[in-house]
Amino acid sequence: MRDVAIIGIGLMKWGELWEKSIRDIAVEAALNCLDDAGVDRVDAMTIGTMSSGLFTGQEHLSSVVADYLGKKFIPATRVESACASGGLAVRTAFLEVASGMSDYVLAVGVEKMTDVSGEEATYALATAADQEYEAFHGVTFPGLYAMMARAHMEKYGTTREQLAEVAVKNHRNGSLNPNAQFPFKVTREQVMASTMVADPLRLLDCSPITDGAAAVLLAPADEARKLDKTPVVITGVGHATDSISLCGRSSLTRLDVVAKAAEAALKMAGKTIKDVSFAEVHDCFTIAELIVMESLGIVPEGQAGPAVLDGMTALDGSFPINPSGGLKSKGHPVGATGVAQICEAVTQLRGEAGERQIKDAKVALTQNMGGSGGSSVVHILEVR
Amino acid sequence: MMQVARHWREIPRRYRMEAGKCKKCGKIFFPGRLVCSQCGSREFETIRLSGKGTLATFTITRVAPAGFGDQVPYAVGIVELDEGIRVMGQITDCNPELLKIGDRMITKFRRINEEGKTGIIMYGYKFVPDEGV
Repeated sequence: MRDVAIIGIGLMKWGELWEKSIRDIAVEAALNCLDDAGVDRVDAMTIGTMSSGLFTGQEHLSSVVADYLGKKFIPATRVESACASGGLAVRTAFLEVASGMSDYVLAVGVEKMTDVSGEEATYALATAADQEYEAFHGVTFPGLYAMMARAHMEKYGTTREQLAEVAVKNHRNGSLNPNAQFPFKVTREQVMASTMVADPLRLLDCSPITDGAAAVLLAPADEARKLDKTPVVITGVGHATDSISLCGRSSLTRLDVVAKAAEAALKMAGKTIKDVSFAEVHDCFTIAELIVMESLGIVPEGQAGPAVLDGMTALDGSFPINPSGGLKSKGHPVGATGVAQICEAVTQLRGEAGERQIKDAKVALTQNMGGSGGSSVVHILEVR
Repeated sequence: MMQVARHWREIPRRYRMEAGKCKKCGKIFFPGRLVCSQCGSREFETIRLSGKGTLATFTITRVAPAGFGDQVPYAVGIVELDEGIRVMGQITDCNPELLKIGDRMITKFRRINEEGKTGIIMYGYKFVPDEGV
């Protein structure tokens, strides 16, 4: 396998983008990516979208985006793994470059979620859960994570304040990110007084409905080193699956799928979690960030809540998490999230994150999750 | 709207809680499946779950997906059945605010949902607190 580097990243302002279609936003991020790389060459493309069909009625998106990007006839592949579709698009592009099949491969993540009503969006998201044995009973995604939260609170004494602090910290980081959907700070009191969605999770525990896209351009590391940009190498890739139904898994308070994906990625990179400088993780709900921290081995099980309250995961903490603002503040266009996590990791490793720059950022970990833990994709990135 | 067969084929699970028990290692699967994830065996016997168990966790849904809007607020929980497997379902016939992890639950046959005014009415199991325990 060849070493693979990221030579370009492309983001855009996320939000409720009424005037833009799914093809507009995918192409906008892709063009920003090619501009960042200073390269106008795409040999192949992968595109991650969870459900362009249910959200916009448009399937066959790989060809639409290739055409509108002005790259007609390139091989373009759509991949799907619920909210981990973006991470999977990057992994798929990585494999294509590493194998020698193609040199310049663009990975795009996109979701256009506001073309349907809130109720329909909730339904579309719930298709990532078990249709016959979870969604059938009227459970929602906030509901699934709420059940994990309640079990975690019961088992470890995790508190409402600790959950709220995840949102406070991520909004503080997001307030420094001009591309974030909600780039403002919130207080612990505001989180704890926000509308109840699924007990014990409130509105400000939840990531929002977002339109957005992100893109990264991958190339062989040897080629990347000839270019002007600091080459960021993907040194580890991990991908795992588990039962998509929460009640079918071995634990309600741990995400084995995250542990498995991280184990594979760290092993490939020849690293342990202690070597990692910071992480972008899948905080679709505040409880998710706590359980992911524990499943990655950043803290022992049950210790994530107190660690967040102590400031361990703040920008200036010993293990910063979600410097971008996370899904919570930056927004969560489901198919785009995994690609945007990589964009933030690259921005930090290049030292281009401005006010939210993490000191001595050497090794980054990104963790993208599908559903309530039915799949996860982990990447390790380093400057080399 | 889905074809009737989509719901009809689930009747053994939804109405009678039929599960598959591995003939080799004894692991129970609900719903049943073709291969045992624990031992790899492909031989199963069909058993009926007791529907009795302990509440492992729950939530009160206040923002519902399409088709459930008229039911809010409603409780959904995961019950660890006495057979040792977990099943998800709504919890009904109770004040959801009073539910606690560890509560004993039994199963009742209830209407789950309907596909609009002229569509299929779907039935299945729901959990109810077992005050008798």
